[in-house]
Amino acid sequence: MATVTEAIESSPYDGPFRRPKSTSGLVGWLTTVDHKKIGILYGATALLFFIAGGVEALLLRIQLARPENDFLTADVYNRMFTMHGITMIFLVVMPLGAAFFNYLIPLMIGARDVAFPRLNAFSYWVFLGGGIFIYSSFFLGGAPNAGWFSYANLSTQGLPDQVGVNFFAIGLQITGIASLVASVNFVTTIINLRAPGMSFFKMPMFVWMSLVTNFLLMFAMPVIAVALFQLLFDSMFGTNFFNPAAGGDPLLWQHMFWLFGHPEVYILILPAMGIVSEVLPTFSRKPLFGYQIVAYSGIAIGLMGWGVWAHHMFAVGLGPVANSAFALSTMFIAVPTGVKIFNWMGTMWGGKIRFTTPMLMSIGFVTMFIIGGLSGVTHSIVPADYQQTDTYYVVAHFHYVLFGGAIFGLFSGIYYWWPKLSGKLLSERLGKTQFVLMFIGFNLTFGPMHILGLQGMQRRYYRYQVGEGFDFWNMVETVGAFIIALSVLVFIINVIVTRRRGKPSGDDPWDARTIEWSIPSPTPHYNFLEIPVVKERDDFWHKKYSEDESGKAVPVVAGGQDVEEKPEEGEVAEEHAEPHMPKPSYWPLVAAAGIPLIGYGLMFQWVLAGIGAAVLFVGIYGWAMEPVE
Amino acid sequence: MSDTTAVVEHGAHHTSTGLDNRKLAMWGFLGSECLLFGALISSYLLYRTRGEGVKPVDVYDIPYTSVSSFVLLMSSLTMVLALSALQRDDERQSRVWLTATALLGMTFVGGQVYEFTTFVMHDGISLTANPASSAFFLLTGFHGTHVTLGIIMLLSLVGMSLAGKVGKQNSLYVELVGLYWHFVDIVWVVIFTVVYLMPTPN
Amino acid sequence: MPSGSDPVNRPRLGKLGMALASFALLATSCAQGTPLDTLSPEGPIARQIDDLWKIVFYLAIAVFVLVEGLLVISLFRFRQRKGDTELPKQTHGNSRLELAWTIAPALLLAVLAVPTVLTIFALAREQPNSLHITVTGSQWWWRYDYPDYEGLVTANELHIPAGRPIRLELKSADIIHSFWAPRLAGKQDVTPGRTNHLNIEADRPGTYEGACVEYCGLSHANMRLKVIAHDSADFERWARAQAADASEPGGGPAARGKRIFEEGQCVSCHAIRGSEASTGITGPDLTHFASRTTFAGGIFTQTEGNLRRWLSDAPAQKPGSKMPAGISEMGLTEDDITALIAYLQSLQ
Repeated sequence: MATVTEAIESSPYDGPFRRPKSTSGLVGWLTTVDHKKIGILYGATALLFFIAGGVEALLLRIQLARPENDFLTADVYNRMFTMHGITMIFLVVMPLGAAFFNYLIPLMIGARDVAFPRLNAFSYWVFLGGGIFIYSSFFLGGAPNAGWFSYANLSTQGLPDQVGVNFFAIGLQITGIASLVASVNFVTTIINLRAPGMSFFKMPMFVWMSLVTNFLLMFAMPVIAVALFQLLFDSMFGTNFFNPAAGGDPLLWQHMFWLFGHPEVYILILPAMGIVSEVLPTFSRKPLFGYQIVAYSGIAIGLMGWGVWAHHMFAVGLGPVANSAFALSTMFIAVPTGVKIFNWMGTMWGGKIRFTTPMLMSIGFVTMFIIGGLSGVTHSIVPADYQQTDTYYVVAHFHYVLFGGAIFGLFSGIYYWWPKLSGKLLSERLGKTQFVLMFIGFNLTFGPMHILGLQGMQRRYYRYQVGEGFDFWNMVETVGAFIIALSVLVFIINVIVTRRRGKPSGDDPWDARTIEWSIPSPTPHYNFLEIPVVKERDDFWHKKYSEDESGKAVPVVAGGQDVEEKPEEGEVAEEHAEPHMPKPSYWPLVAAAGIPLIGYGLMFQWVLAGIGAAVLFVGIYGWAMEPVE
Repeated sequence: MSDTTAVVEHGAHHTSTGLDNRKLAMWGFLGSECLLFGALISSYLLYRTRGEGVKPVDVYDIPYTSVSSFVLLMSSLTMVLALSALQRDDERQSRVWLTATALLGMTFVGGQVYEFTTFVMHDGISLTANPASSAFFLLTGFHGTHVTLGIIMLLSLVGMSLAGKVGKQNSLYVELVGLYWHFVDIVWVVIFTVVYLMPTPN
Repeated sequence: MPSGSDPVNRPRLGKLGMALASFALLATSCAQGTPLDTLSPEGPIARQIDDLWKIVFYLAIAVFVLVEGLLVISLFRFRQRKGDTELPKQTHGNSRLELAWTIAPALLLAVLAVPTVLTIFALAREQPNSLHITVTGSQWWWRYDYPDYEGLVTANELHIPAGRPIRLELKSADIIHSFWAPRLAGKQDVTPGRTNHLNIEADRPGTYEGACVEYCGLSHANMRLKVIAHDSADFERWARAQAADASEPGGGPAARGKRIFEEGQCVSCHAIRGSEASTGITGPDLTHFASRTTFAGGIFTQTEGNLRRWLSDAPAQKPGSKMPAGISEMGLTEDDITALIAYLQSLQ
């Protein structure tokens, strides 16, 4: 095969269409196929949606601050909690994960880009289109209002109109396409583009967790796709998949949704676990404790995650046998999860811990995840779950896992790799301020939810009554939510301040372990001038340090990382020409633009769907006509 | 993990497994498709007797569907022949077999269109008649769409071949479309067995 | 982990544990008294759940204290001190330790699994001598049928005899709801197309709050319920009275109210046993309306003011209400409403 592609490569033929010339400015961003820029686009978009989802959360919290409050109507409240859930899961945590996959996987495995750079751009634009599509519902007849898991037959028969549900079903279908395409791309990249010598068990743990996550995406997305099609057919074309009166079964939706939904939970948390597994060793100045068992436990979680879906359905009435079976499988998925936590603690034990912002965020992750994990185990005790499910106890649990877990982990990653991306260090002072505010705000907001849930406060109630005893903790939570908002504001300020006058970071500001720190910061567009040859796990660290007889690390050369390859770099750069990189392309954007148009067409005007299909076709055609690089 | 130390210079197209990226991605995609059809087939199995009125199970024309299934199976054979012709560097013959594959595929889709029409017009089993029919049409419709996309890809290959762009050196294109095509065939074998042939419990 | 026991840290851990345990106790003790409290069981079913919960809860607290304590200790102990530039020993793992912390939690969970599974089966079993009641959820109210008492139909307030196991048959008239009276039992979904079962039992007579806990649309928060337990003689008296037809209003505004009720739109949704015209089934049976303490999904206490507001404009009182606005949509006058209220209040 190699001969073929090389032959094409060396030809100057650029295809029948003019290709984008500029790699900077707006056109540069719109036509980029560089995994780093796409990663930044994912991250920036996800942070914008994070703000939107956060504002929705604040509105919910204002409404619940007092009993029998009239700040939001029932209708608006229902739309807000639905959109908050959809946003945070599908438009924030998932794309933030994708941002890290994009930026880091090629750097960590020693590649110049992902396997399919244009497909990668396509994924991003489809995701953006899906996000815009879902949010346009606010202006086009009403946002989704059936909850983020839109249970049938509420979603098909229990609402005043179907507009919101259709936006939900089509919108998730679109973002699903983006996730599926990206997952195939990343799996191929990790399996196929590792630098020479980087066997699977020399990969950084983040890459391992990314691999598991993307396998989960690859297999989970089609399941939800089928469920969404059935929902859409019921909603738009009058089929009766979920209509019990006509012989359908609303529980089919629940089974399909959670068969997707539980792997989805791990899709949300595993990237953050990967980040933490990089950050803790760096700042403890020790390797990850029990690397292999951490990798295996990730795989175990990925496999077991398929066998626990009905624990979302204990109160459905599946019968004692099914409930017992799923109780057991759920209990035992706690084992590999616990193993990870213990190994992280083992990593810190005996280290020399530096409390930088990324480290604090990772420690925050571990602390909060322990609580989320324990409350998760209490859910597996089915009889207890009969009391707790659909109360704020569950809301507390998944926020401890997804905010205390995923969001803290992702912020840790942002602080950790920011220098790699920009060449500047985010302010530590502001970073620590953000951490403290977020940690306090988070626990004030979600800690009391455990209590409220046990006191019987129901989930998804737009108001509670005077005399139910929920007043005090709800007020505390609302205050906490605003503290979280403040912490996010501090982060935004930090980004702005750092852009203006951030400290230059140097190439390896943290004395880190993995090979992405061996290249300049900000990363040059070709990543590695020369593809590295990997000899060890944490290869970069082993270039800097060796171990003495007692196992203590000692710098290889006197001064260690201070003597970097900088002097050599100039020479190297002169010797080698810049590596050939894939050229930018318009077509991923064009093709992606067709997809939301088809969505609008399905909902409003069939002509639009035709135009969308045509745009998609033109995009694919132009794409196919471009020579392979 | 064949030749990990080779090719650093040209970097871009060396792969860790020695397998071409596109082929690996196609395998990944087909793995994902397994779950798509898995979900569709499970839904159908759950629903095949549900609802009022005539259901697809009541009116299957097994001999007819057997013939169209046979046609689709044969198209897998012609697909293999197309690839092997190309690998022998016989572009013309490869084109013939590609065209034959596409035509067999079209025959299958045509048969499906006829089957659907009979169901709707003659037996009164429309998409919305009952959950059994909805699940049937969703499943077979999805499969038909896959076959149709395959036909489009085959015809594109024929077109590219006529323009002299599909030679022995890039037989990978034919191989990729072939992988997809065989997958779609295998799925049909499963559908035919499970949906059409397996007896329905009362 | 290398076991370097640092005597200085011992009391610290103890203090932390004490603090957390007292916080946990505080959290649970605060809970006493809220109407929907899951930790104040008042019947054998809920108590069975609570007994299991207590084991799990204290075990979880113990694990929490242990793990978070270790974490805090290691953070404190292994912090990099000023001026210390030496790098630590590079431990890569410890198979025995890793095996231990894989097996230990697995064993702990295996032990927990036993009472869990036993309780699951115990809760599902029908108790001997159970009273059967059919519960039907709709957007957004509950209907209760008592098959053992012919003709007995009521809404939102479920009356039961105390000290006797109750077997609820749960059905739905439209979409999925979930029946929950936390002081008496856990929740059970109410799904159209299938019948679920739930055992409940109250130790003593009293009123126990409950609610729908599966999101069911616009007025999900306005779908509440009460379980009212009587001693068995009172319950029989109540049931006999409820099974009887409605009494005929003597005259005056109540009689006029009855006429308006029967000639207007009310009867297309509501039934009043004893009134031939009133046979609607989509809304609550109102035969003994005045004997209930609340109405409209249990969100309003039965007062004249509340009834007036409700009859004048129901959708404004309860978002999405299927009952049209009395004045603007059903064409009722203030006088009509006064008469209707008189009639409804006569339905003891």
